[in-house]
Amino acid sequence: MTEYLTLSMLLFSIGAIGVLVRRNAIIVFMCVELMLNATNLAFVAFARQHGNLDGQVAAFFVMVVAAAEVTIGLAIIVSIYRTRRTTSVDDANLLKA
Amino acid sequence: MIGALSSALPGALAAAGPDIAAADLDYRQLSPLIAVFAVAMVGLVVEIAVPRRARFLTQSVVAVAGSLVALGLTVWVYLGLDEVAEGRWPALGGTGAEGAVSVDGPGVLTWGMLLVFAALSFLLFAERSHERGLSDFIGRAADAPGSPGEAEATRERLEHTEVFPLAAFALAGMMLFAVSNDLITMFVALEVLSLPLYVLCGVARRRRLLSQEAAMKYFLLGAFSSAFFLYGAALAYGYSGSLNLTEIDTAVSARGDETPMLLAAIGLLLVGLLFKVGAVPFHSWTPDVYQGAPTPVTAFMAAATKAAAFIAMMRVLFVAFGGASWDWRPVLWVVAVITMLVGSIVAVSQTDVKRMLAYSSIAHAGFITVGLSGAYLGDQEGLAITSVSSVLFYLLVYGISTIGAFAIVTVIRDSAGETTHLSKWAGLGKESPFLAGSFAIFMLSFAGIPLTAGFIGKWAVFSAAWGGGAWVLVVLGVLCSAIAAYFYVRFIVLMFFTEPVGDGPTVAVAGVPTTVVIALAVIATVVLGVVPGPILDLAQNAGAFVR
Repeated sequence: MTEYLTLSMLLFSIGAIGVLVRRNAIIVFMCVELMLNATNLAFVAFARQHGNLDGQVAAFFVMVVAAAEVTIGLAIIVSIYRTRRTTSVDDANLLKA
Repeated sequence: MIGALSSALPGALAAAGPDIAAADLDYRQLSPLIAVFAVAMVGLVVEIAVPRRARFLTQSVVAVAGSLVALGLTVWVYLGLDEVAEGRWPALGGTGAEGAVSVDGPGVLTWGMLLVFAALSFLLFAERSHERGLSDFIGRAADAPGSPGEAEATRERLEHTEVFPLAAFALAGMMLFAVSNDLITMFVALEVLSLPLYVLCGVARRRRLLSQEAAMKYFLLGAFSSAFFLYGAALAYGYSGSLNLTEIDTAVSARGDETPMLLAAIGLLLVGLLFKVGAVPFHSWTPDVYQGAPTPVTAFMAAATKAAAFIAMMRVLFVAFGGASWDWRPVLWVVAVITMLVGSIVAVSQTDVKRMLAYSSIAHAGFITVGLSGAYLGDQEGLAITSVSSVLFYLLVYGISTIGAFAIVTVIRDSAGETTHLSKWAGLGKESPFLAGSFAIFMLSFAGIPLTAGFIGKWAVFSAAWGGGAWVLVVLGVLCSAIAAYFYVRFIVLMFFTEPVGDGPTVAVAGVPTTVVIALAVIATVVLGVVPGPILDLAQNAGAFVR
């Protein structure tokens, strides 16, 4: 049990750190997906621990939502890429105080 | 053969599988929610079935009329709510859809509020007189800015009428978010409200680079924060063995020995929710997104998302983690103070109207958090202003004034689109007394000057915080109101008593929808300030959240 949770926390942290340090929008987005999937691991591990299905059902919901999020995210990133020929989040700096 | 199979199948299935009962849905209770989802679906059908020439008008009529119908249904549902007999505080309604939603007094009032905001925002979406007969949304979002395709789309007078169904889906998500009684329902609602908004942010007709950039920033940060929310939900599930808020409450009140997991769950859920309401330190997206998004979308987001997210946050904190309120209250105290301070102080240095309104919305998030973190659930008679009723009232007055203010921003424009730089607003009072006067009323309401709705709102949240013993917050809140009043009043001085730069502000002739929105918002702001009684009583009678 603890092993699964540790792994899930580790993956979640890797994802979170990736979002913060990586500069390519696609990679940042992949890191977010990694965080969601780390959460799925936690959900199914807890479902096993508690012996009910809520966690497994939740994992399915998360997968569907993540798929929807991918389509929206890629659409936005592609539209930016077509304009600027780059997906670096550092170059998106027109909006400033 | 086939007949034999089909006759054998039901028996075999019944023997093999568990006994699955059909979900018991009370359709009356859920009718406003279903109506809004239906409006979105009808919008999709209109996309297919109605010829291009008539599509925009059809879509806007469907969206506005649909939200008014749903508003009527909401009133009907509210009148049918039963009083809850047991429980420490008076409450209305009950849980529905197998415990996934909680259709209670505060939830249904939030529905009504969201539908009012939506109807007003959809009117702004429908405005076409500012861009020579075209809407504020780009004709073909797939074209790169400045490309030949974009020019062609404008020449062909293409319009993205999909913005109406998208906004209707976002509205449905917000309504579900405010009543979800289950963390996974809440997560799905959070995404249903966010995903259409990410797209809507990126489809402005003017300043498309800014708009696309706003969409990307909002999307990446929004997805990041919802991942935190989700991990919090997973930990809450691990702690309690259930995703249902009521059952989490049972586990939290029993207080097992795994306190670190509980604290981590509350913390992570709070990160996701505070991001959505735009509270410091999770506010950095707000100015960029509010500035970059098309102004009608900004109005919708600023008013409605904040309302839905605050009610959802209160539901999570009061219902699921009410037993741990001594753990989360100090955190919210700190958040409230820094949010008020940062919002009020940074707003002073802004030179762009939309950014200034964004920082003002951050400051308001701080004031609302003051009411919330009082966590005052009322006295024995149920007469005092509670955290729930004060926040409901504040969200209503803030939302209406915000939509009105952004409606005025859409009208002040020159040949390049909206002129949002402050210097362009100097001398507006001479150019257009109606617009400048309306904007001044919204500013006074934001500042909390008596006889406007904002004053009653501030008084309500401060009195709820006082009732909950958070008098330190009340004192700091009043000080921050004073700082905030400075830049609101400075803006009024700019509009009325400053000589215009160059040719002065250019004011487009506001179309009928925009004029209606501005007029309604002004009337509501003044009326709620002079006779707040009926609405305040309504919020008061809504009672507590149903567990």
